[in-house]
Amino acid sequence: MTDWLGPQEWQAVWLSLVVAFWATILSLPLGVFTAYALARWQFRGRQVLNLLVHLPLVLPPVVTGYLLLLTFGRNGWIGGTLEQMGIVLAFKWTGAVLAAAVMAFPLMVRAIRLSIEAVDPGLEQAAATLGASRARVFATITLPMILPGVLAGSVLAFAKAMGEFGATITFVANIPGQTQTLPSALYAFLQVPGAESSAVRLVIVAVVIAVVALVVSEILAARLARRVSR
Amino acid sequence: MIEVRVQHSFEGFTLDVAFEAPAGVTAIFGRSGAGKTTLVNAVAGLLRPDAARIVVGGRVLAESGIWLRPEARRIGYVFQDARLFPHMTVRRNLAYGGGGDIGPVVDMLGIAHLLERMPAHLSGGETQRVAIGRALLSSPDLLLMDEPLASLDEHRKQEILPYLMRLRDTSKIPILFVSHALSEVAQLANTLVLLDQGRCVATGPIDAVLSDPKLVPHLGVRGAGAVLTGAVVAHHEDGLTEVSAPGGTLFVPKFAAMIGQKTRIRIEAQDVILSRGMPQGLSALNVLRGRVSAVQMGDGPGAIVQIDMQGTHLLARVTRRSLAAMSLELGQEIYAIAKTVAVAPGDIGPVGNG
Repeated sequence: MTDWLGPQEWQAVWLSLVVAFWATILSLPLGVFTAYALARWQFRGRQVLNLLVHLPLVLPPVVTGYLLLLTFGRNGWIGGTLEQMGIVLAFKWTGAVLAAAVMAFPLMVRAIRLSIEAVDPGLEQAAATLGASRARVFATITLPMILPGVLAGSVLAFAKAMGEFGATITFVANIPGQTQTLPSALYAFLQVPGAESSAVRLVIVAVVIAVVALVVSEILAARLARRVSR
Repeated sequence: MIEVRVQHSFEGFTLDVAFEAPAGVTAIFGRSGAGKTTLVNAVAGLLRPDAARIVVGGRVLAESGIWLRPEARRIGYVFQDARLFPHMTVRRNLAYGGGGDIGPVVDMLGIAHLLERMPAHLSGGETQRVAIGRALLSSPDLLLMDEPLASLDEHRKQEILPYLMRLRDTSKIPILFVSHALSEVAQLANTLVLLDQGRCVATGPIDAVLSDPKLVPHLGVRGAGAVLTGAVVAHHEDGLTEVSAPGGTLFVPKFAAMIGQKTRIRIEAQDVILSRGMPQGLSALNVLRGRVSAVQMGDGPGAIVQIDMQGTHLLARVTRRSLAAMSLELGQEIYAIAKTVAVAPGDIGPVGNG
């Protein structure tokens, strides 16, 4: 595969996989927590939180990327603090992870929230009357029942993160070997005359990754569904 | 001893109930909308009422300034819809609330052959038995049952009732049993809390409450009826069982019981006919003798007559017109006639130890 793909293409594919993986894994705990809060708790600011979560879905991605640059850039109010701790996000691959995670977050939360709303609160009440603490109720009742939804949300988020372009290129630019993901590389090849063959190879890789992800998630979802209602 | 006081207002409905329940089975009876489920949910801690005081076995679960969460209450709850965990086997459902030996409870409920099944593959009756077992195995101080039989057909109900009676007779855990079926209540409970429109109309020993003519409107005139306790004398070949009751001999459809066993038989007030003299040439087999001890006029054409038979009471529902025609007076001797076939299997049950 490394022979078939040129080094720059291979780097872009590999970086996209790494970025999408970390973006999905790192946002998963917060995604489940946010989905649970939105589905089950009545609290002040619930609508505001809902709006904030969904904002990246409706804002132009370039705007999201620019806002990330303003807050997480070296002079941004969070970015400046992080830099003192030795963490730099702007124009680094870690920044690409942040951009992808923010863009994929609404899709993940929506899928998980739907599955939480489908769980009968009566089952959680029943577990409580049997002496289970809230943490145990979540771990033994809620979580196993929403696993198919969590998986679906993760696959959606992973796919979104793989394809994220606008916010990423605005926040971390398009530096080959550092921040050039698959879509950015594809964009770069399309700007250069004679690089069509590279672009076509990247397109094929993108399609293959998407199909494999879908098939794997379908198989896992079917297994989980069988486990829940055998 | 259980002490319950709950006040709660919501959407034009006010629940204001206070009662004390001794050991044994206490039935909370009322029509739908009387506030039964709200009341037990408050006892379990699933609903926080405006004001409450709940004490179980000397332990204060709720009071002003105290509100224990459901998981801290040690109250087992058998829900109407069972609520078994669908992703766990029966065995894991049973073990969820405690780590003890599940053997004795499994044997008592007859669910040993179901342990490795998933809840989706159980019948309605099996599901409720597992739900009862799961609640019992959490070693509760009190067991709540919210119409555990309501979702079952008549046949399944009769299948579960013997298990509930065995539970009542073998366990020392007090039970609050919510129901809107008088026959279930009469078979299982020894104390009755009568709710009507969010208020507690009467509390007391079940026989006294069921035979009080003043309470008939709250019980529903069509379902009201007193419970007689008698001993089984014989099983006859023509399909009848003979029971000796305070006012005379009763013949009821045959039921399984040992000779001499004490049995409770509920006779609905509307199935009883009154006669001033000893009736002759009747098809009805059951003629009981007593004295008129109370008369309660209804709002409609009916009236309820209470008949005293050596200290136990029977209720008869007659028209006001017959009452006038018979010119009944308190203390007068009277014969009560009850049709054998009007006594359904669900109206007969063995006497518990409670």
